[in-house]
Amino acid sequence: MSILVYTESENGKFKKNAFEVASYAKAVADQMGTSATAISFNASENESLGAYGVSKVLNITNDTLNTFNAEAYAKAIAQAAEKEGTKIVVVSSSANSKFLAPILAAKLKAGYVPNVVAAPDSTEPLKVKRTAFSNKGFAHTEISTDIKIIGVSNNAFGLKENQADAAVEDFSPELGDGDFSVKSVNIDKVAGKVTIADAEVVVSGGRGLKGAENWGMIEELADVLGAATACSKPVSDMGWRPHGEHVGQTGKPVAANLYVAVGISGAIQHLAGVSASKTKVVINNDPEAPFFKAADYGIVGDAFEVVPKLVEKLKEFKAQNA
Amino acid sequence: MKILVCISNVPDTTSKINFTDNDTKFDTNGVQFVINPNDEFGLTRAMWFKEKQGATVHIATVGEATVEPTMRKALAIGADEGIRINVAPTDGYFVAEQLAAVVKNGEYDLVIAGRESIDYNGGMVPGILATMLGMNFVNTCISLEIEGDTATAIREIDGGKETVETSLPLVIGGQKGLVEESDLKIPNMRGIMMARKKALNVVEPVDATKATQDVSFDKPAPKGQVKLVDSVDELVDLLHNEAKVI
Repeated sequence: MSILVYTESENGKFKKNAFEVASYAKAVADQMGTSATAISFNASENESLGAYGVSKVLNITNDTLNTFNAEAYAKAIAQAAEKEGTKIVVVSSSANSKFLAPILAAKLKAGYVPNVVAAPDSTEPLKVKRTAFSNKGFAHTEISTDIKIIGVSNNAFGLKENQADAAVEDFSPELGDGDFSVKSVNIDKVAGKVTIADAEVVVSGGRGLKGAENWGMIEELADVLGAATACSKPVSDMGWRPHGEHVGQTGKPVAANLYVAVGISGAIQHLAGVSASKTKVVINNDPEAPFFKAADYGIVGDAFEVVPKLVEKLKEFKAQNA
Repeated sequence: MKILVCISNVPDTTSKINFTDNDTKFDTNGVQFVINPNDEFGLTRAMWFKEKQGATVHIATVGEATVEPTMRKALAIGADEGIRINVAPTDGYFVAEQLAAVVKNGEYDLVIAGRESIDYNGGMVPGILATMLGMNFVNTCISLEIEGDTATAIREIDGGKETVETSLPLVIGGQKGLVEESDLKIPNMRGIMMARKKALNVVEPVDATKATQDVSFDKPAPKGQVKLVDSVDELVDLLHNEAKVI
């Protein structure tokens, strides 16, 4: 009956979102008078989940699962859910979770609600608040199936410490060759770069930067803030930056603590995509840019003057506060 | 190769969103509906398979008669034939079951859907559909090549991309990258005229599970007034002392 939570790891190390979904699962478990059980794949330091309220970890050690495989992972999670008699499964909003959750939903005949931003409104019936219309609104959604899957939005619920002793058990799912019919042949990922999904700070550039050659200062600003870099839709359409950096309604959503927009006017689609970010700073030479209406702080000025000054000031600030 | 492209009928990306009936329904008043952008990238990729590899391309939409203008637009872009499942698309699981029946009857080799619709953002239809039918599935797909029965796809992952190999029958959840924005086609007059003559078959829904229900909606709290500052010193001070984000 416990709440089952899929805790993601990479090279054995838990990702930050693993602790966030664990915190969420514990909150649901408390509401329902049960406990939170995690399922992890080839993770070390499983005990660390205890700090966020997980009291049991089903750890899979299996070399064929070193690389994420949606079908095989979903099958393993489904078997764990069955073994535990789970009625609620919690996943994150990572690309991998969003890949496996629908497969898992079909396997468990479970209703699945993604992009959930808060602990359930109610548990009988189970009702959750989620974003809809690409962050232009929220829906309160009831799930009526016997087994239910909740996908938690990035950086919405946050980390909640809640000390428990996590008992680690080995778990061996039964998998066959048919579960690996989608084969990974190459992963192309810049090591050590903060991703938009995990970033607490995102620095984003728009058409106001006039060309791909001017991105150096955006990267410098991102560096000093420990931020991920992003861009507006026209910038990715013109090929100045890769599509993976496009944030907005048809690109990626951003739920950062700090979002800095440089030379982005603030089309409604872009504003929707970044609306879940907590503090927004806009630097734009046009005082009429719509983004100022959606921002917390703004500087009206030429990006080519303001950004280098801001980088210098932040370096100074960091040196003083180090 | 027989391709089915699943088309969702969604509010235009510039739409302002409002709710009605005591915040229990989306207010469609004055809203322009379009092909879901993620589906349109997939449809355009399907046109490439039609032109270069002789594929047949059908489209399917779960929806009442009001979705037909959007379906006609997809036919004008070049799809051969449309299938409308005559029922309101209430939730992702339900829609996937409706489409599964169509895919099974039509014996499609490749099903292209968008990774999510930009209205309800469920992002589950392609994955549930694939699993119900035992088809291979690749999500957030940004490149797709088919050679015989073999498919090579690239999917977007957090912070990069992954190339995968698989085989038909296959379902993908597609997005921008399958084709570029500049490859999207605005239907020409000839396409629009031809689309009027293409078959748009209406089928009745099958019994299916309603797994979830949106009971009410609300909008984000309005934003307070922006604080305009004159210097980067002031900005850094506010970010540190007031917003406490650095």
